[in-house]
Amino acid sequence: MSPQDAALPMAGSTVPPIQAVNDFVVKFANVNGSGSASANQLFAKAILRMGIPVTPRNIFPSNIQGLPTWYEMRISDKGHMGAREGVDLMVAMNPQTWDEDVKSILPGGYLFYDNTKPLPPSKFRPDITVVGMPLTSFTNAAYSVPRERQLFKNIIYVGALSALINIDPKVIEDLLSEQFKGRDKLIAANHKALHMGRDYALQNLPCPLGLQLATSDKVGDRIFIDGNAAAALGAVYGGATVCAWYPITPSSSLAEAFTRYCERFRKDKETGKKRYAIVQAEDELASIGMVIGAAWNGARAFTATSGPGISLMSEFIGLSYFAEIPAVIFDVQRSGPSTGMPTRTQQSDIKICAYASHGDTKHPLLLPEDPNECFQFGALSMDLADRLQTTIFVVLDLEIGMNERLTAPLKWDDTRKLDRGKVMTAEELQAGKVFGRYLDVDGDAIPYRTYPGTHPSKGGYFTRGTSRDEYARYTEAGDAYQRNMERLLKKWDTAKGLMPKAIRTDAAAPTKLGVIYYGSTSPAIAEALDLIAEQTGASLNQLRLRAFPFGPEVEAFVEEHDTIYVVEQNRDAQMRMLLINELECNPKKLIRVLHYNGAPITAEFIARGITAHLNPVREAAE
Amino acid sequence: MTYLPKPKLAHPELQKNDLGFTRRDYEGSISTLCAGCGHDSISAAIIRACYELSLPPHRIAKLSGIGCSSKTPTYFLGNSHGFNSVHGRMPSVLTGANLANRELIYLGVSGDGDSASIGFGQFSHSIRRGVNMTYIVENNGVYGLTKGQFSATADRGAKNKRGVENMDEAIDMVGIAIQLGATYVARSFSGDKNQLVPLIKGALQHQGAAFIDTISPCVMFNNHDGSTKSYDYVREHNEAVNFMDVVTGRNEITVDYEPGTTEIVRQHNGGLLKLRKLANDYDVTDRVAAMNFLETRKARGEIVTGLLYVDPEADDLHGFLETSDKPFNSMSDEELIPGSAALEKLNASLR
Ligand SMILES: Cc1ncc(C[n+]2csc(CCOP(=O)(O)OP(=O)(O)O)c2C)c(N)n1
Ligand code: SF4
Ligand SMILES: [Mg+2]
Repeated sequence: MSPQDAALPMAGSTVPPIQAVNDFVVKFANVNGSGSASANQLFAKAILRMGIPVTPRNIFPSNIQGLPTWYEMRISDKGHMGAREGVDLMVAMNPQTWDEDVKSILPGGYLFYDNTKPLPPSKFRPDITVVGMPLTSFTNAAYSVPRERQLFKNIIYVGALSALINIDPKVIEDLLSEQFKGRDKLIAANHKALHMGRDYALQNLPCPLGLQLATSDKVGDRIFIDGNAAAALGAVYGGATVCAWYPITPSSSLAEAFTRYCERFRKDKETGKKRYAIVQAEDELASIGMVIGAAWNGARAFTATSGPGISLMSEFIGLSYFAEIPAVIFDVQRSGPSTGMPTRTQQSDIKICAYASHGDTKHPLLLPEDPNECFQFGALSMDLADRLQTTIFVVLDLEIGMNERLTAPLKWDDTRKLDRGKVMTAEELQAGKVFGRYLDVDGDAIPYRTYPGTHPSKGGYFTRGTSRDEYARYTEAGDAYQRNMERLLKKWDTAKGLMPKAIRTDAAAPTKLGVIYYGSTSPAIAEALDLIAEQTGASLNQLRLRAFPFGPEVEAFVEEHDTIYVVEQNRDAQMRMLLINELECNPKKLIRVLHYNGAPITAEFIARGITAHLNPVREAAE
Repeated sequence: MTYLPKPKLAHPELQKNDLGFTRRDYEGSISTLCAGCGHDSISAAIIRACYELSLPPHRIAKLSGIGCSSKTPTYFLGNSHGFNSVHGRMPSVLTGANLANRELIYLGVSGDGDSASIGFGQFSHSIRRGVNMTYIVENNGVYGLTKGQFSATADRGAKNKRGVENMDEAIDMVGIAIQLGATYVARSFSGDKNQLVPLIKGALQHQGAAFIDTISPCVMFNNHDGSTKSYDYVREHNEAVNFMDVVTGRNEITVDYEPGTTEIVRQHNGGLLKLRKLANDYDVTDRVAAMNFLETRKARGEIVTGLLYVDPEADDLHGFLETSDKPFNSMSDEELIPGSAALEKLNASLR
């Protein structure tokens, strides 16, 4: 196939090519380990620099090299950041997934591919526009070193695409210059490759395509960061000094980001001494053990893990609950059970995090919706752990954790003090203040603790997972045990007042219909409600949960609505389970909308789920 | 069973140490272990070691796992903070505690089940990391608390109370500790206070991972004929390589020794170990030789005790991690929070 006839609206096509400005989905199909990730990221960042909101998603296998990966970019001037169904422009660079990739293109959509090796017409669809470029032969002609061929091929296709959909080449040049700052040769080489691709496209390909970008102003001062990095930064700002972790996708990059930020912010300029310690433990049992040991001794400590790690940590989590020792666990959820789909997203650890460990236990959860909240909750979790003297979970998922997302700039109030909770000092002990480690003196069921080594003769106590009395003395007396368990329940009530409130957004007109959601479902909800309003005329009040235990605002919302859709990304409606269990509400009014195939939830999916249920409900009401 | 407070009777004649504390100040509540349990002798040795070293009791943190042995921290150092954690996981908790405040003395007490069976991984990794601690395993070859099942240190061929033979190879914790880089390694016997007390003192003074395997007979489940961890068996097969004395500041000048038979080792923090050699040519600073010696003697059925290996120049986890001298748990907000200006800069780099 010659370059000239590569640009084909296929013969016999009945569907007109899609025409869209700043509102379409581009998907790159690549091979893992081929160096495409940084080229794709360059592409996304260039669009952002043009002031157009873009939301990328990495879809990758549990593999290091060779298996398929995708990078999907939703471009939306309206600011929709949820995943969207269907692809407008497929950049098909992976023969392994060709059929599936071609199939996913919307009618009227576009296919960009490497036509160095000709493909039979049966490999294409008549209802799409096919743009072929002999990428491999073109690159190989220009470069002889294999490594260069691979790297520059990626930049060349970015150049070609920039011409096809109209990305300002200056913006890409600037990004490359920033990326390779100080390495002028590399910058020049990248710029050259970019323009080679671009020039080729301008001369040989049907520029412009129906999909176009136009400079906009919708990005504002927002920043582009992934949730794991933001959470790690939150831990730095929250004063965490000890991080113990065991590698597991999709949480590893959180501990790695913490390492990076600590190097930058917590290393003494003169001595090189570190105001932090990071230990890659031998397993998750050791990670959480170290966290508990450090927090017992007054340092702020955390671990980052995913579902399998939580399962292993369960015994220690119970100790933290019962012996009242602070701990913070960032759980970046992936698809379970067992090893499940380790590189796919899900919200299926809600139940285990809420009730981890044997015996009667429950644990506070923070549920961030985006990187900005990952930062906020990362810092807040440290305060809450010290205040409540228990394990605090920050529950992310792969979708928020491992994808860069446009988010409000991170803010810190310099007058804010870390809340280290109730810690009795040597002076207070010396002054004769009564110390009972498990004594509720303030009526909020939170006792005072002392750090080891505080005072020569007062305030020492024995920490144990066995039952004890108010003065930390071992006892198997049933009444002392029960008093303690009841105090822990009362402390749970205190926690309700300390957790971030759920955020309620009401529809313009009063309604008895509601929707409850949390975490990474968030960006798809507003769009879903628009779709529902379009399709059915119905509007719903929304409640975004930000924490467990639920505050009174959640109870009120459930009380006030007749039908509430609980949208989640798991099979068993785990949050619905918590709502029913903790609020003792009528389960019948909580309707499940569940997405759990490992892909991020879409607005279309939510709208379909709610509309399907809504129609009979409304008919019955009429 | 509830808490048993110990009557505090002030004996006017009780001697005081350099800090003005009496032995009593290092005691805990009354033991609830079986009468004659080896573990109680180890508690007594810990009390004596801390008293003789004039350690401020509240500056010692004592941590343990689960088991009869792990219960013992209640029975000594009543003014110290203690932490009875979960089964087999004391080492990780101790590691975390040590990271939070490098200025305290960390004493880990564990059992052979706790450290060689369920907690073998954590034992190994804490040693590998060089956590600054004194790690004592009270080794009776069985799970005392769950009524006498074999542990991973039970010798092949040893018989339990019902006469059933243990078929699995024993883990020699001392050998493992040396191999994994412990920088102070000793073995002793709960029935030999004179040997044990100085070994604990040397370990408490050691900077780095100090490990003491203390054979500690379980009178209830493993003190019969056919056991290799009974009082009689250990007494018969005990071969000490040296006898150690810890020389503290006060009596330092009075050290006298016959050259060739006595060795003086000065530890990092200035403490002196005076070793009277019992086995010819045993060099406590030669790690490879120590491993070889242990294996050779084990094959002969001997239980080698004494200070087996020491690296007086050892460093610890804090040294490896290059952490600041100031304990993390006393750092101010200013030392921890980078502030809003740094965040603004970071925001700018993310656009
Ligand atoms: C996870 C877990 N499994 C099992 C037990 C039961 N258990 C308590 S102590 C113990 C063995 C203790 O043996 P060892 O450490 O040798 O202590 P000893 O009693 O012999 O001094 C076991 C198996 C437990 N507490 N936790
Ligand atoms: S059962 Fe054995 S180890 Fe436990 S207290 Fe009794 S003698 Fe000691
Ligand atoms: Mg034992």
